[in-house]
Amino acid sequence: MMGFDWNWQLDGWIVAAGILCAVASSLLGCFLLLRRMSLLGDAISHAVLPGLAGAFLISGSRSSIWMFVGAVIVGVLTALLSDFIHNRGQVDEGASMGVVFTTLFASGLLMIVVAADRVDLDPGCVLYGAIEQTPLDKWDFPWLGIAVPRVVVVLSIVTLVNALFVGLFFKELKISTFDAALATASGFSASLIHYALMTLVAVTAVACFESVGNILVVAMLIVPPATAYLLTNRLRTMVILSCLIAAVSAWGGHVMAIVIPSWFGFRSTTTAGMMSVAAGCAFMLAFLFAPNQGLLPRLVRQQWLRWSILADDVLTLLYRIEESARIGVSHSASADGSTFAVTAMPLTQTVPWVAETLLTNRFAVKWAIRYLSWRGRVEPAKANEPGSESAESSEAASVLPKLTAVGRREAETIVRSHRLWEQYLVTKVDVAEERLHAKADRFEHFTDREMQEQLDEQTDSPSIDPHGRPIPNPDQD
Amino acid sequence: MDPIALSVDDLTVAYHRKPVIWDVEFEIPQGKLVGVVGPNGAGKSTLLKAIMDLIPKASGRVEVFGKPYHQSLHRVGYVPQRESVDWDFPVDALDVVTMGLYRRVGWCLPIRKKHRDAAREALARVGIADLAHRQISQLSGGQQQRTFLARALVQDADLYLMDEPLAAVDAATEAAIVELLKQMQADGKTAVVIHHDLQSVPEYFDHVVLLNMRVVASGRTEDVFTNENLQKTYGGRLTLLDEATEAMRRRERGI
Amino acid sequence: MSEHLWRVLSLQDHNTRVVIFGTAILGFAAGLVGCLTLLRRRALVGDALAHAALPGIAGAFLIATAMGGEGKSLPILLAGATVSGLFGIVSILLIRKMTRIKEDAALGIILSVYFGLGVALLGIVTQMNRGNAAGLESFIYGKTATMTAGDARLIAVASAICVLICIALLKEFKLLCFDEAFAGARGYPVVLLDAVLMSVVVVVTIVGLQAVGLVLVIALLVIPAASARFWTDRLVVMMVIASVLGMTGSFVGAAVSAMLPRLPSGAMIVLAAGFGFLVSFLIGTRRGVLVRLWRRRKLNESIDHQHLLRELYEMFELDPSRVSVPYEELLERRSWSRKRLRRMLEQASREGWITENVSKMEFALTDRGETEAKRLTRRHRLWELYLIRYADIAPQRVDRDADAIEHVLEPEIVAELETLLDNELGKTRMPDDPHADGVAS
Repeated sequence: MMGFDWNWQLDGWIVAAGILCAVASSLLGCFLLLRRMSLLGDAISHAVLPGLAGAFLISGSRSSIWMFVGAVIVGVLTALLSDFIHNRGQVDEGASMGVVFTTLFASGLLMIVVAADRVDLDPGCVLYGAIEQTPLDKWDFPWLGIAVPRVVVVLSIVTLVNALFVGLFFKELKISTFDAALATASGFSASLIHYALMTLVAVTAVACFESVGNILVVAMLIVPPATAYLLTNRLRTMVILSCLIAAVSAWGGHVMAIVIPSWFGFRSTTTAGMMSVAAGCAFMLAFLFAPNQGLLPRLVRQQWLRWSILADDVLTLLYRIEESARIGVSHSASADGSTFAVTAMPLTQTVPWVAETLLTNRFAVKWAIRYLSWRGRVEPAKANEPGSESAESSEAASVLPKLTAVGRREAETIVRSHRLWEQYLVTKVDVAEERLHAKADRFEHFTDREMQEQLDEQTDSPSIDPHGRPIPNPDQD
Repeated sequence: MDPIALSVDDLTVAYHRKPVIWDVEFEIPQGKLVGVVGPNGAGKSTLLKAIMDLIPKASGRVEVFGKPYHQSLHRVGYVPQRESVDWDFPVDALDVVTMGLYRRVGWCLPIRKKHRDAAREALARVGIADLAHRQISQLSGGQQQRTFLARALVQDADLYLMDEPLAAVDAATEAAIVELLKQMQADGKTAVVIHHDLQSVPEYFDHVVLLNMRVVASGRTEDVFTNENLQKTYGGRLTLLDEATEAMRRRERGI
Repeated sequence: MSEHLWRVLSLQDHNTRVVIFGTAILGFAAGLVGCLTLLRRRALVGDALAHAALPGIAGAFLIATAMGGEGKSLPILLAGATVSGLFGIVSILLIRKMTRIKEDAALGIILSVYFGLGVALLGIVTQMNRGNAAGLESFIYGKTATMTAGDARLIAVASAICVLICIALLKEFKLLCFDEAFAGARGYPVVLLDAVLMSVVVVVTIVGLQAVGLVLVIALLVIPAASARFWTDRLVVMMVIASVLGMTGSFVGAAVSAMLPRLPSGAMIVLAAGFGFLVSFLIGTRRGVLVRLWRRRKLNESIDHQHLLRELYEMFELDPSRVSVPYEELLERRSWSRKRLRRMLEQASREGWITENVSKMEFALTDRGETEAKRLTRRHRLWELYLIRYADIAPQRVDRDADAIEHVLEPEIVAELETLLDNELGKTRMPDDPHADGVAS
């Protein structure tokens, strides 16, 4: 099925380790992101280096447990020290973090060099890990019948602990993230939660470092939660989504690490690096396509809004032409001075004239008419007049269509909104006369039924607008 | 008829497409002390920032002494809100005042003695000449406000835009600032001052702009500063207008 | 060993000279630029930038090698690093502007994703069978020892340009960092200025990469600047101190690493700078923690001292006939612990304010002490009067409020208010104790 060298015994375990690490990190990362402490994760995962080296120098053994404890202590210490320098020294938060983690990292490098005589501790291993070697160091589980890599066992435990922490203290985490003061007031210590979180971040960073390196920890702490944050507004969904994204990017990253270099004739490259690139790709996809926050959907929505406003405008203009024809006749019969609203209408209304009136181009107007007739709001005007069939096609196309009954009703609703708004703006807001039309023109497209009723009520149900034109009411026809 | 110092026409400003001020229109004659009054969130600071092109306008026109802002910015002095800067910044009061002269000093050129002297003079005018070399975090709130005022004074502008210069200052500072404003007015300057204390408006200002998202009224204090107008200003927004703009925002963001 | 030390310190060795010269200049420039980024609250931008440079380095190497060129030439690698660093900055700005993700997370995303890409590219580079690719990893940890004279010249030129830009635009940058809105209102092109500042940071970071490595270059930008803030309240002085600290740190680190070649120079430079930070943090004359503690202690001591003298004065004032005051009675006057009172009394008698009758545990004021006590009491009562008259404070609360204010207010304000009240009361008269309700009169 797969067009490359894939070995479940090897790659399966690598992917498993990657997924576990990714999920464990992104579980905590969601809360770091919302607390604006993402970079503390970065600082902690860099700073565990001296803990590892120090524990080795003191205990003299490469036993995992000692190094684990040492690294976690230094990790938590990073958070504490940064806080201390920030508060006591009045140093900028970012700067105090920078001071602490770089100094710790440097001392870690130094210790590794000092210890180099006695042990092979590669600093490169800390940065980008050796996930490819995951399957080499296995523990046998006779009762399961398989041998599981040590790393996978450790990471499973850490993931479980993180999941339990997030699951059991979800509500506390939520409150203390949203409002630390409220959390403390309602009876549990926000700072306790804070340091528990920091400890777990340190534990996760340490557990992941030897298998996947700290770069993947940092990537998985920040990128999947950020991606999920673009996709949803609910915390619970965000946590679940970010775990999914993390798992998928871990798997995809490994595949990419094997496949992409082969296109250029190389062997596979660093899996950990590719996993964070995969997470980055996921973020980019969300950045572009996320339904609410994404760049393209937003552009499309704006375009669609502009488009539907134009269609509305064409519809109402058709209604106004009809109306002026109606009123114009009745008025010219009685008094000729009061027909100011209609005098602007030329005798033959064509598409170019509409385009000019609405400050747009003919092409857009034609499309709007086509859209309206597709929705059954208008119908071609001259279809039933035999005389016009001989006219040139270009002339025929630029003649305006007629409103259907549905279209007229819809147009009346919009015109009603418009004129009610004008009335409201004049009576309640004192908007200057010359700007009245422009302001109402904007609002009419966003006025729903409820708002219309309120407008009607607040302006005492007028029957004519400030310009003296009737306010139609489709419900009373 | 006095010439117009500042005219604002059909100004609308939106943050994230939600209008903060809508259809704002007023004119301010030269040589007036103008108080801009309105409830919290009425868009008072936004108005000043929009006048100075610091935030994008959705629509509208602003003219300062008959020209667009960027052509007459040398005639405008700005006093931002005191909370808007980091008072831990490693500069002293004199440095801050000298900042008002940077444009006159010119790009890349160092500050010379005459500029420092001008800054000292401005500090003396606001009554804190002896604090010139004190680090700004060690100034009291009132002294910080006076420093900001001195920075605007040193520009020798004709129109001053001040964002809450009287907020949270001690009584002595308030009296000194008001005295200074009167003095500036006597010199023919115009000052537009955002003010929060309704009690003192008639006493301090001869011209008022009542703002709540839009201008409720603007004009001479004795004409405009009436109970009825205040009720309109502070009696809540026009809900329908708010609802419509909110609907607009939601549709445009597609939520 | 000592001979070796001498050779390093006297810069006899050509290679050592190059390395120390190069890193010291870099430290100088980074310290200077770091001050501006720190004050602009962008301390960690350098971190993201340095990580974002890695794919550019690896990519430049791959492309140059594929095109048959010499992949390891420093200008090509640095050009690649600059391009991808700038891409990183643009991505950060895009994320911040177009989404609701905050600055710190945006930095983290760029940092980790770009670095991941760089590591992946490095994984390919190592397969290229050229044998020289190994040197690329030195960008991660830094390998100063391999610096050539050409590299040092490049560092010197780039650093000099950055320093010159910062000096030329000093007052514009100062305004930008302090009050962006005011700068905009005065018509400064804020976005352009910001871009220039960020470009300077990019150049320093990229050049610093090969000296200390990408994880640690951030240290050169952050640590000297943060240390300098403890010593001064003036921007120019802070920049000078930061530059000197950066230069010294680099010099010391590089020199140590030259003497003990096994120690990695990048780490040594950062540790030297970190030591400088620790010292500044503790004893920096302006904001150092110990200095502040010491100052607070001094203040408390002087407050205690004034309270003691005032209590003594008031006790003698109540009963002018008494000669001395017993310890126990003094202890009841305020909530002093025995130990604290004991210490205060010892100090006061050592300084000649009071005389002590040790056997009977009784105390009296000396002449000098009485004058001082009278002055203090007078000042305190003036304050109380002022508060009662002008601040509408109930007499029961006055004592505590006057206590709180008179110790922390500026001397010039105290003087001003005292003249104000002096004019009403006359120069020498001791105002009555407002709590005494006529008892003292």
